[in-house]
Amino acid sequence: MPVAVRLPTVLRPHVGGRAVVELSGSTIGEVLNELVGANPGLAGQVIAEDGELNKFVNIYVNDDDVRYLQKLDTPVKDGDEVSILPAVAGGAG
Amino acid sequence: MARVQSVLELIGNTPMVDVSALSPNPNVKIYTKLEGRNPAGSVKDRVALSLVEQAEADGILTPGKPGQILIEPSSGNTGIALAMVCRLKGYHLKVVLPTNVSIERRQLLEVFGAEIIESPGSEGSNGAVRMARQLASEHPEWTFLYQYANPANPKAHYEHTGPEIFRDCPEITHFVAGLGTSGTLLGVGRYLKEQDPAIQVWAIEPPTGEMVDGLRNLDDGYIPPIFAELGGAEILDRKTVVRPKESIEWTRKMTDLGLFVGISSGAIMAGAVRCASQIPEGETATIVTIACDDGWKYLSTGAWTDDIDTVVERAKKVIYF
Repeated sequence: MPVAVRLPTVLRPHVGGRAVVELSGSTIGEVLNELVGANPGLAGQVIAEDGELNKFVNIYVNDDDVRYLQKLDTPVKDGDEVSILPAVAGGAG
Repeated sequence: MARVQSVLELIGNTPMVDVSALSPNPNVKIYTKLEGRNPAGSVKDRVALSLVEQAEADGILTPGKPGQILIEPSSGNTGIALAMVCRLKGYHLKVVLPTNVSIERRQLLEVFGAEIIESPGSEGSNGAVRMARQLASEHPEWTFLYQYANPANPKAHYEHTGPEIFRDCPEITHFVAGLGTSGTLLGVGRYLKEQDPAIQVWAIEPPTGEMVDGLRNLDDGYIPPIFAELGGAEILDRKTVVRPKESIEWTRKMTDLGLFVGISSGAIMAGAVRCASQIPEGETATIVTIACDDGWKYLSTGAWTDDIDTVVERAKKVIYF
């Protein structure tokens, strides 16, 4: 199923400069594996060596952070928008 | 408490108001705690007082001793609250402030005599944090309270905001608040889960916008040290982004109930509405949200009166959380 994955500027050089990549998969883990498989420069950046999400990366499915859903097992469906974003200070201070 | 010795005694014990009229689900009640009632106008009064009093208790600051300087990164409210506390106690405050905050936030810092050091707006709060850390390391004689890493920040909410919420609304099932330093969510969330582990804690955050474009690599990202150290990931049950348009729409809807609150309070209300609409049919719930501040500091953005699309474009360029 096609899922649009939006990448931050810092990761775009590893995907040929693209801001959005169309991928497929039924979970976030599957989608990210396809992303890293096709773009080896991303290895170790989005998913850390221990197989978990890099702590400096937040991944959202339609505005919900997957860390608080089912992490890499979070299901995705046709038309979902996935965003990969660096963790930054929110700015409420 | 109608007569007090010091304005500091007016911090906390804020009222909670029923906003269920805005709930999309008749089985879900929503209450909002009006933190704009604090004397310097926001939830950050609690944090500022806690940070300064802890530093005094630890002997880092000495009341009445001349020449004491503090430095702090803030997009506004913590700076304003600290400026008020420092003015009253005789400390000199330097605030590292991103250039893209509303003019009123800047003016309020000046009202209380804080010195403003500008950080690049394009780097958002991250840039202010980075610059303050750099300046603090170059000036070890300055006191750097560092709200993002100081346990006195969540402690203020663990000891006061959380107990106030549970006292006023013991039937609470969900707590929804904004994520910045994470102090409110960690302090209140931990307290509430100790009372009833079933209480759900939802974090609402603004989109990161163009700010993240300035990052050179992922390790330039930033997680508040208190979030990591105090097990933030275990306390939060959900983290969700609310976009500027929805934030402003809900800020406006709150005026139907006579509530003139800041834009982040509208974002948090939008998050509470999202939460209410996900409560399964046949179940009841009681959501408590935080309205961080009132609307005064955002009048210049035209949030209530200008064309909504114009306001949304403006909001994307300023830090309103």
